[in-house]
Amino acid sequence: MKSLQKLLDQSALTQSEYKLIVKQLGREPNEVELGMFGALWSEHCGYKHSKLLLKLFPTNSNNIIVKAGEENAGVINIGDNQAIVMKIESHNHPSAVEPYHGAATGVGGIVRDIFAMGARPIALLNSLRFGPLDISRNKYLYDGIVSGISDYGNCLGIPNVGGESIFHPTYSSNPLVNAMCVGLLNHSQLIRSGPKTPNTLLVLVGAKTGRDGIHGASGLASRSLDSQSDLRASVQVANPFLEKILIEACLEVAATGILDAMQDLGAAGLTSAAIEAAANGQLGIELHLDQVPLREKGMTPYEIMLSESQERMLLMMQSKDLEIATSIFEKWDLDISVIGQFTDEQVANIRYKDKEVASLPIKALVTPPLYQFSPRKPKELTKLQNYDLSQLPLPVESPNQILLAMLALPNLANKQAIYQQYDHQVQDNTVVLPGEAGAAVLRIKGTDKGIALSTDGNGKLTYLDPYQGGMIAVFEACRNVVCTGAKPIAITNCLNFGNPENNTIYYQLKQSIKGMATASKALNIPVISGNVSLYNESSNSPIYPTPIVGALGILEDIQCHVTSAFKSVGDSIILLQAPSTRVSIKSLAGSEFLEFYHGLTVGKPSINPAQEVKLQNCILELIRLQIIKSATDCSEGGMITALAEACILGSLGLRCDYAKLKHLASDGRWDALFFGEDQSRIIISTPSTQIQKVFNYAEKHQVNCITLGTVTADTFQIPPFFDIPINIMSETWNDALRIS
Amino acid sequence: MRFGIVVFPGTWSDGDCYHSVNTILSQEAQFIWHKDTDLSGIDCVIIPGGFSYGDHLRAGAIAAFSPIMKAVTQFATHGGLVIGICNGFQILCESGLLPGILRRNRTLQFRCRWVNLKTNNSKTPFTVSIPQKHTLRIPISHGEGAYYADETIIKEIHDNNQIVFQYCDTTGLVTDDNNPNGSIENIAGIVNKDGNVLGMMPHPERACEDLLGSKDGLYILESIIESSSRLSGYSKT
Repeated sequence: MKSLQKLLDQSALTQSEYKLIVKQLGREPNEVELGMFGALWSEHCGYKHSKLLLKLFPTNSNNIIVKAGEENAGVINIGDNQAIVMKIESHNHPSAVEPYHGAATGVGGIVRDIFAMGARPIALLNSLRFGPLDISRNKYLYDGIVSGISDYGNCLGIPNVGGESIFHPTYSSNPLVNAMCVGLLNHSQLIRSGPKTPNTLLVLVGAKTGRDGIHGASGLASRSLDSQSDLRASVQVANPFLEKILIEACLEVAATGILDAMQDLGAAGLTSAAIEAAANGQLGIELHLDQVPLREKGMTPYEIMLSESQERMLLMMQSKDLEIATSIFEKWDLDISVIGQFTDEQVANIRYKDKEVASLPIKALVTPPLYQFSPRKPKELTKLQNYDLSQLPLPVESPNQILLAMLALPNLANKQAIYQQYDHQVQDNTVVLPGEAGAAVLRIKGTDKGIALSTDGNGKLTYLDPYQGGMIAVFEACRNVVCTGAKPIAITNCLNFGNPENNTIYYQLKQSIKGMATASKALNIPVISGNVSLYNESSNSPIYPTPIVGALGILEDIQCHVTSAFKSVGDSIILLQAPSTRVSIKSLAGSEFLEFYHGLTVGKPSINPAQEVKLQNCILELIRLQIIKSATDCSEGGMITALAEACILGSLGLRCDYAKLKHLASDGRWDALFFGEDQSRIIISTPSTQIQKVFNYAEKHQVNCITLGTVTADTFQIPPFFDIPINIMSETWNDALRIS
Repeated sequence: MRFGIVVFPGTWSDGDCYHSVNTILSQEAQFIWHKDTDLSGIDCVIIPGGFSYGDHLRAGAIAAFSPIMKAVTQFATHGGLVIGICNGFQILCESGLLPGILRRNRTLQFRCRWVNLKTNNSKTPFTVSIPQKHTLRIPISHGEGAYYADETIIKEIHDNNQIVFQYCDTTGLVTDDNNPNGSIENIAGIVNKDGNVLGMMPHPERACEDLLGSKDGLYILESIIESSSRLSGYSKT
């Protein structure tokens, strides 16, 4: 028998949690029972450090069908008796340890969450964060992660339509891999995770159970990374082909209508799938572990209960319907095995070879202690925020040189080296492809509708001001969706932070969540699902706080959508922005330029929620009425980068009159004017005949409207600052990340 | 006419092919499970893209030995029209219905992007409706699409005018810059000697609607429908 401390360590439970378990049981738990508590009380399954904060999010709306936290993913109505299921989830620690399989199984896990609800997965997105690629370890992680996502998603036949990748030293050795999946279903196809009646069978299907991934939830997801090599065995192994046929077989069984419930086996494997099903159905379970098909001989009940072998699902049905399910799984050559049944009494009885190996009350298992800490603003933060930027000298290099150098930065360069490795067109729905706009647009077959999807989050801005950064993450994701013409209706989020037991990290977490909640309320959209990834630290240095937001928008008429690219010579280029915008040297707060040119990450970012909402409403109306031909927001790299991208994507040039622009910068700083990253700014293009209409609608929505210039044939000209042929710009931007 | 769309475990373009021929072109279509062997009533067999059997061993290697491929081989031998797209092309090569093989892309990475195609032979049942000198814009999506065959075979398929599609620029110029995967002679699609079996890496079923960026794939599917009306009876033996 291992020592108690060793058992607690492997289950990531504390002494006081152990005492609580003993108190609730009225006895000491055995090793299997302790393992089950450890898994279910882990941050990954139990959200013990974040649950009380997550309550701040708005979760309701007129369109909500399944709210955040109720099921494996949230569900939102999109009309015509259809609904969208979506969720984003992290696989950061597994990817840091074993990048290829870590990232691949991240995709696999989120896809299972979606089809477990009865939905057909129709899109994937990824938010990725890496350390700089000139460090070989980071390059190894980057290559492994991108090819893991590529190989897994491509094999499934689910288009990978968007996302973003950011490179920064804060993510060195602790990359972020946040995978989002979106599914489509008719309302009648929705499947819950808990059955209604006792005697319902628990049927395990898909892969055989092996020893991989044990302690994934408790060990990897709930602790900091220090001795990575020891943890490799905790990472699961990916088999996308198996997942593909599992999707088809499960959805075929679901279509017969015999399923009472369905669950995926993800973090904490069978333990979490079965116990959560019982909890959601307010029932108990009796499991017979001898019936679990095993990959390896001699596995113990402990290992069977905690294995995180991938590509497994738990189907719940009545015994009379078993034959139907069996014939479908046999057709697909997949294992199917009845492993237990639900019982009246809310207790989990786990049996192995006619012996009881665990007997635990369901309620205790799914009710972890919840923790709160006292948040403390880091001392150095005020100093960073109040940094006097006005003392910075104006650049001496030519603006041309600086812009070209910026366009070659990995964070600003064309990301086709990444997204061309993903199939983004399978299923014949992708209308706006990766790179063409800030959000992907998919049509919904058989209707006039479309959906737009985006993921965003800026760790640097959140580091400089967690509350504002949280707001900005929500607003930017929604702004990107809006810039295609889609109205945001729901968001999902993934909260990537350091160790919450550290008061300054807890401050970042709490403030970010508050900011995200404020923004969601201002936009009147619910958070319908999400995931928390804490302990993102290595060598005692936490990552920048990085909340990632996935936004879903709806287009009533898919024909009325726009992309970022300028469309025709002679069109007018107009900047729409929040009226409170005052460009000055302070606009460089947290900007790419500030870090690239001055090596600084300082300043205080900010956003005005009410004005941002008005700006988004204005753009939506302009696109719906087909007044504008393109729209793109100003984000990383500032206004000049947004203009450059719109030119490159359209293979067109522009000419702007500096005399008309310079008044925009209140302190006359051209570096701030061009590279500043003020929020709530969108660049649109429109035929000259429509300019007046744009101004009229801007006035109606109380949005500031400024004509910047005109679209031209082939040169990027803002005399006396910029004069660059578009083909040169294009080459620089396209080639920077092309690594083979 | 009636299309038969073969479904292996791991196939994923089956739905897209069905959508294109049935919803868009209003033709009859049915799925055919890989364990089946009956192709009666089918005028054209489509072997769609995907990762049949997970591409284990080699792309298309296991599918070549499935029950349905015996039937497809017989169907093709009797002059039936067969089009293999992407993984379907790989399967046709592995089955011996088409010469050569598809190797890993020269970048060693998967590539999903638009390409331009030059049509070299407008007389095949798959190309008759393509306008003369029209460059087709159709997407690719594959990791193993570099066409390879030895010199003898390359000469033979040249001489027989079997090289149907080549990767090119927007004006139809065939250059190495426009070769997305390292295929010999930019080969994107070939037919068998009799001209009734086509294999191509690009996905015509993804280019059938303006909304999705191109309708050029329709020329290929419409060619099949056009040819089938002339061939019918012949293929139903």
